[in-house]
Amino acid sequence: MTSQSVTTPAAAASSGPSRQTIFVGLLLVLALAAPFAVYPVFLMKGLCFALFAAAFNLMLGYVGLLSFGHAMFFGWSAYITAHAAKEWGLTPEIAILLGTFCAAGLGAVVGWLAIRRQGIYFAMITLALAQLMYFVALQAPFTHGEDGIQGVPRGHLFGLIDLSDTMNMYYFVLAVFVLAVLFLYRVVHSPFGQVLKAIRDNEPRAISLGYQVHRYKLIAFIISAGLSGMAGSVKSLVFQLASLADVHWHASGEVVLMTLLGGVGTIFGPAAGAYLVVTIQNYFASAGSWVTIIQGFIFVVCVLAFRAGIVGVFAPFLKKRGIEA
Amino acid sequence: MMTLFGIPTAALFGQLLLGLINGAFYAMLSLGLALIFGLLNIINFSHGAQYMMGAFVAWLGLTYLGANYWVALALAPVIVAAFGIVLERTMLSRLYKLDHLYGLLLTFGLALIIEGFFRQLYGISGMPYAVPKELAGGWNLGFMYLPIYRAWVVFASLVLCIGTWLLIEKTKLGAYLRAATENPALVQAFGINVPVMITLTYGFGVALAAFAGVLAAPIYSVNPLMGSNLIIVVFAVVVIGGMGSIMGSIVTGFMLGILEGLTKVVYPEAAGTVIFMVMVIVLLIKPAGLFGKGA
Amino acid sequence: MLKKALIGAVALTALTAAQAQAQYSENKIKIGVLTDLSGTYSDLAGKGAILAAQMAVEDFGGKVNGVPVEIVSADHQNKADIASSIARKWYDAEGVDAIAELVTTAAAVAVREVSKEKGKIDLVSGAASTPLTNDKCSPTGFHWTYDTYALANGTANAVVKTGGKSWYFLTADYAFGHNLQAQTERVVKANGGEVKGAVKHPFPNSDFSSFLLQAQSSGAQIIGLANAGADTINAIKQAKEFGITQGGQSLAGLLVFITDVHSLGLETAQGMMLTTGYYWNRDDETRAWSKRWSAKMDGKMPSMVHAGTYSSVMHYLKALAAAKTDDGIKVADQMRALPIKDASGFAVNGKIRADGRMVHDMYLAQVKKPSESKGPWDYYNIVRTIPGDDAYQPLAESTCALVKK
Repeated sequence: MTSQSVTTPAAAASSGPSRQTIFVGLLLVLALAAPFAVYPVFLMKGLCFALFAAAFNLMLGYVGLLSFGHAMFFGWSAYITAHAAKEWGLTPEIAILLGTFCAAGLGAVVGWLAIRRQGIYFAMITLALAQLMYFVALQAPFTHGEDGIQGVPRGHLFGLIDLSDTMNMYYFVLAVFVLAVLFLYRVVHSPFGQVLKAIRDNEPRAISLGYQVHRYKLIAFIISAGLSGMAGSVKSLVFQLASLADVHWHASGEVVLMTLLGGVGTIFGPAAGAYLVVTIQNYFASAGSWVTIIQGFIFVVCVLAFRAGIVGVFAPFLKKRGIEA
Repeated sequence: MMTLFGIPTAALFGQLLLGLINGAFYAMLSLGLALIFGLLNIINFSHGAQYMMGAFVAWLGLTYLGANYWVALALAPVIVAAFGIVLERTMLSRLYKLDHLYGLLLTFGLALIIEGFFRQLYGISGMPYAVPKELAGGWNLGFMYLPIYRAWVVFASLVLCIGTWLLIEKTKLGAYLRAATENPALVQAFGINVPVMITLTYGFGVALAAFAGVLAAPIYSVNPLMGSNLIIVVFAVVVIGGMGSIMGSIVTGFMLGILEGLTKVVYPEAAGTVIFMVMVIVLLIKPAGLFGKGA
Repeated sequence: MLKKALIGAVALTALTAAQAQAQYSENKIKIGVLTDLSGTYSDLAGKGAILAAQMAVEDFGGKVNGVPVEIVSADHQNKADIASSIARKWYDAEGVDAIAELVTTAAAVAVREVSKEKGKIDLVSGAASTPLTNDKCSPTGFHWTYDTYALANGTANAVVKTGGKSWYFLTADYAFGHNLQAQTERVVKANGGEVKGAVKHPFPNSDFSSFLLQAQSSGAQIIGLANAGADTINAIKQAKEFGITQGGQSLAGLLVFITDVHSLGLETAQGMMLTTGYYWNRDDETRAWSKRWSAKMDGKMPSMVHAGTYSSVMHYLKALAAAKTDDGIKVADQMRALPIKDASGFAVNGKIRADGRMVHDMYLAQVKKPSESKGPWDYYNIVRTIPGDDAYQPLAESTCALVKK
């Protein structure tokens, strides 16, 4: 749905990969130092939503399908991880993987139902399926309805590192985020990713070239669902809580907002958008429904005048200097 | 007490009747959505907010201007439609050349702004709106006590839905509209002003939502979130009926209301879910919806 | 200029603090009022609770042993996750010492978990559920205003004794509703009544017609409303619309606030029995305080949650002064030791137990007929005062781990 294309790995390589490395390295240093200056729980929340938005962006930016139901993966994996960590006493890494795989499984089912449709139809179907999953979350006894699963233990990573220490938790979340984004980067720049983009830009041509379009879309959807789930799982450990808010369709809307604001189809855009939205929520938390109004306003401005998003605006500038945003 | 399938008939008929009343709202709202979608190819996410605005205009009119229910029923749709037309002219119309998803996102943002604005001003607890004197009281039907006002809602909604259907299927204006849905360029070439038609259609769809909002005001309290709770269900109704199908949205709206009522007798907890279940099943068997024409 | 003034202020407070030999972290006391500012419960808690907390600080003189007290506030939107993350941020990054109000059980329990972990004080006023002083109890957590046990003991007892023996429940489908229903069932059964059934409705909900119809076909004499705020108001209104009350069944609102009665109007609400922890028009003291509150709230009158917030914050400030520290455990000890008395007239015969329950007298009230009401907000006749020990769950029954058995 966005007209701008992403540089191929070859093009990026020819104009100097070192600059890209420096740019990413700088970001990493910033991320490593950040918790000494900024409240770490806020940073972790941002990282979780950044991963969620990046995973969502795989569908919107690289397949061109707008899912309005991604909260079901985010929220449900949070429940599963929270339940596994609290009731079954699993270690955090196993609980997170379990949540991720369940989200991917759910993604397979939802994708199978929805993937044959396009555009608005796809958005509506994912939305309605997410609402179905919301009701299941409301009714299932283990989710504890409006109360959510509270007091989830963060546990010891690999049975060794105590995650109840905020700094340990932060670096763990950062590591998960970096690994997941690297994985997404690989996916997007693999031959598989090239086919996805070909489908996005011209589906009939991709079909006539002999690609099994639905299969490609489905795999992308499963990856996107799984990584959204991973973000939800990590969030449930950060806040030690899994609740209905994360399965609600407002969460689905929020991730669209983050991606749109940051820049659809860019690697760093969703993360930038996520941090901006989380900051707004943080800043206006005491101001009642102003958060909703501001979010709505950003939506309108982005759609009308700012469709490339924050990173999208800077992308051409950075690209000239050999950096892929 | 008589029973049918082990359920007391009184309870069954009562719930079916209530389902029909809910169905009336589903039908009116999905009809507006279908109209807008048919011509503009936009899923109007702010439909729920516009429904809420209808109720609020009625409440504001009564509270500050003393305008009674009947005045509100006549004027609120016009006022809210005018607001809708301004949105269409200033914002939506800029997006027609782009992917239709942008229309969905824009109206989603507008819904957030409108709802947030009313929440900020009026809180969330809801404002009471009295049933008009002429429609107060109720009839004892034997199996239940039916408030006259609720019967009126079903009646008004049926009249409105059938009227709209006749307008589109049987009049010249409707014929232009249908033609413009199929091929706007050709209709434009025949000398019909398609952009004006698009604007008016959007206004009419919004007016339907506002009318439903006024009808809802005395039943549910006037509440900034009354639309956002409903809109997702209405989306499901539209998907089941087949997007853009006028008759489909009306029939499906009433049918699903009744089905929901039935579920409340058998398994109340599932009442909120049953529509989405139907949607999944319909999508599996008939992806274009019950009344849809192809994908 | 500003910097100079700041340094001056810091030096001054440091000096006075040193004089009092009291130790408060960052030389500042911060009390967070975490409440519902935009949702279903914003009338019965919300802005009015923030005002009540501010009044407590002003009445106390704005300073504890020379250290300034500040009120911060936020909207938890009745969501556990928002409440939990705001509480964490307040405690970790903003030096908040205690959190007050906390309407909605889900939010209160979420904050309780965080407060317990950080050893900070929470003063629950708006939430009702008994787990707060049972499994979820904490050495630094207090439950101030009322709870479901006391509500059931008051209202259900009175209703069953006047002949309402068979019950059907309309229950808000979350922890509070379930808890209130369970507590009421206990009282109904103990008094020889029977429970014919229950239906759970979503929270929040606007259309109760089908639930009411089910209650009607159950044939129960009493339809118990195990919900609160706007849900209760809507259910009562729609019961009237569907002729349920004319059909011989009665409604029992198990948690009714004065703000709800105001929304319903006396015409609709008259004759209803309810249990409350506070009534503004009870005596001269309550009237004097409530009028002060009312002057800043466009003539509204305070609910028990508003008065309870004032009372709990005031008592916390007194304990802070006596403890000469803001260490959670030490302040909590002082709170248990000091007598409870404040200008609002709340907490008659109040005392705090080991499980964190603030036990005080409760009132069984009946809503006045329109003809009996002498003016705006004159809504209740107090039928009976329920002594605190009779109203609340006996300490011996508490499952709180802090109660020595």
